[in-house]
Amino acid sequence: MKRELHAEWTKLRTMSGSGRLPLAAVLTVVLTVALSAAASAAVTCPAIGCDQDPVRLSLTGVHLGQAAVAMLAVLAIGGEYGTGMIRTTFTAMPRRAVALSAKAAVLAGGTLAVGTVAVLGSVLAGRLILPGGGFVPAHGFPPLSPADGPTLRAALGSVLYLVLVALLSLGVAAAVRDAAAAIGTVLGLLYVFPLVILMVSDPAWQLRLWQVSPLNAGLAIQSTTPLPLSPGAGLAVVAAWAAAALLTGGLLLRLRDA
Amino acid sequence: MSVATVYRSGLRAGRDGFAQLVRAEWTKFRTVRGWVIAMTAASLIIVALGLSYASGNRSTCGQGPVEVACPAPPVGPDGEAVTDGFFFVHRPLPAEGGITVRLTSLTGIITYPPPDHDKIVPGLVPWAKAGIIVKENTRPGSAYAALMVTAGHGVRMQYDYTHDIAGRPGRVSAASPRWLRLTRTGDTLTGYESADGRQWAKVGTARLDGLAATVRIGFFVTSPSDLTVKRSDLGGTIEQARFTQATGVFDHVSVQGTAPGEWSGGNVGNAGTTDWERHHQATGVQESGGTFTVTGHGDIAPQTDGQPIERPLTGVLIGLIVMVVVAVTSMTAEYRRGLIRTTLLADPRRGRTLAAKAVVIGAVSFAAGLAAAAVAVLAGRPILQANGNYVLPVSTFTEVRVIAGTGVLAALAAVFALALGTLFRRAVAAVITAIALIVVPYILATASVLPDGAAQWLLRLTPAAGFAIQQSIPEYAHVLGHYVPAAGYFPLAPWAGLAVLSAYTALALGLAVVLLRRRDG
Repeated sequence: MKRELHAEWTKLRTMSGSGRLPLAAVLTVVLTVALSAAASAAVTCPAIGCDQDPVRLSLTGVHLGQAAVAMLAVLAIGGEYGTGMIRTTFTAMPRRAVALSAKAAVLAGGTLAVGTVAVLGSVLAGRLILPGGGFVPAHGFPPLSPADGPTLRAALGSVLYLVLVALLSLGVAAAVRDAAAAIGTVLGLLYVFPLVILMVSDPAWQLRLWQVSPLNAGLAIQSTTPLPLSPGAGLAVVAAWAAAALLTGGLLLRLRDA
Repeated sequence: MSVATVYRSGLRAGRDGFAQLVRAEWTKFRTVRGWVIAMTAASLIIVALGLSYASGNRSTCGQGPVEVACPAPPVGPDGEAVTDGFFFVHRPLPAEGGITVRLTSLTGIITYPPPDHDKIVPGLVPWAKAGIIVKENTRPGSAYAALMVTAGHGVRMQYDYTHDIAGRPGRVSAASPRWLRLTRTGDTLTGYESADGRQWAKVGTARLDGLAATVRIGFFVTSPSDLTVKRSDLGGTIEQARFTQATGVFDHVSVQGTAPGEWSGGNVGNAGTTDWERHHQATGVQESGGTFTVTGHGDIAPQTDGQPIERPLTGVLIGLIVMVVVAVTSMTAEYRRGLIRTTLLADPRRGRTLAAKAVVIGAVSFAAGLAAAAVAVLAGRPILQANGNYVLPVSTFTEVRVIAGTGVLAALAAVFALALGTLFRRAVAAVITAIALIVVPYILATASVLPDGAAQWLLRLTPAAGFAIQQSIPEYAHVLGHYVPAAGYFPLAPWAGLAVLSAYTALALGLAVVLLRRRDG
């Protein structure tokens, strides 16, 4: 397994010469922090009792950053199908499950690092920007601090969410084998649920869809106010999606032999 | 020394017009089974989501213990749904003439306002109104022109529900009364206002085509419901309308021209009474010595409660994701497989080649979007109605605009994606960029924590502005409403929104041509 991990890390690091890993990493951080900062700057809290959750607000950027994470993950395997590199990979590492696990592990590690930077950057941006919009202690909002329990949970949870999105994307890309179709599927899965929930008028169905939607349930971890799913259960939903995708991808790899 | 002879093929040169290029691109597109399947699937997804939305939405109204179908609102002279409820003190006006009144007071109550929602307080909503009106008859939805004083928007002249002309601002009180005059000459009604009953200023005129010879003339008071909007935990918002009531005091009432009979009062359009009306203050009119005190509630305005025809089109977003993937791949696959060399060898003019590709992918996406939208809207409506929903009526032109506009939206999005595919030459980067620019802003604006102001800016500045073409019910400045993207109201007018998307598409396509020439492939 150590050799496989090393091989996958080398590939991720050096893929297609131009270095898409640094690009995706920078994109993830920039997109996340930029949207978070913009959202923090756009919302104001003129008086006590405004209906806002500053922690969640300062982490809005995860909505966009996850697209860059998905790109990285899809390229990690979809790119190999595109260039034919996958043949070399499986010749060198014939155990499909091990190869996929190695990819998943390296990807998870990379996303963990990048996600941490992106999320901490967002919290920092929120800490600097939010007081200007009226989120001040006098209105009941102390400055954001990772030392605060709920803030810490939201920040850590957002990083974990990004890692799970990466694994979900990897699984889908392994199953679909075409990078463009895979990224379309992943983004569709992530972004369409929130809209379908708005479309449905039956509250019971709304709740049901909300609870299975990876984006909605997963980002419940960002909320410091109670939601229909506990933060942990929300992340578990995304984890279930990721596990299902990886399992499907892995099984198809074995069955199709590539 | 040898003389080189240039080889000339004996074959007749083939035609190389733009039509041949388009045909070549069309052949490429239609022979890739995956693309054809994906485009068909995109259409089917839009239709399936639209119809399942329509069949999943039920609406009933409680009438005592039983649930019955909700009554349909009246329809105004221009065919739009309206709300027409007010207390009306009137008499017939068989010919030309007018009415003059002085309004000295406008007061009212609001039930259970925020923050605590625990008591009924004195106060007025901004569009509470009292004034004079000429109305075809007392049937809700009939033509009218009215001159009024509002609680928060000064003097207004409004007619036929959707039209609103501003007059002098300011509130009315005993110290600062308002004189109002409304005259009828044929189909033309003219409103005047005055502070003292001597110096009159014209507010506006209205033409009510085909107004009956005998109309009702008189004065009225009404007060629309107050609106509270709460953020829902599941995304979106919960709107709550709360009963309000207004009371206006009129004196110096005089009628110009022949208006026989006595004043008679009655509610127009209001069914049911609230506890407040039963136990505290009923709607109605009281006269003492030429002073009329009129109390009413409701509104004379277009109605926006109900299902707009474009609601079953939310699935378009998912369809667009599929179309974007196909459009991007139709370009990047050429780079991946090296087919681009053959393509550019066959016709070396880069700009024309890309244009031919854009025509093909645009036309295919337009057809797929148009067909899907037509089915979703036209088949969705009867299903919605069968489930007791009220579908807001719109003109045929608007309906065509929504359906054909969806096709154009799909075409523009696909061409935009094609251009991005050419720019990046890599499928994943292009798909992500296209989706991040077209789909994600729309989702952030409608289903996220972003505040309404930021959501509106997103839909002004990004290619997602193009979704505005689907909005069938406009925003009415003179009706209190929750006009936000999540409720289907876009910050840009339909064609302006589509123009923003077109500009992005043109820009991307232009850049792609430049880059294709400079890189030579």
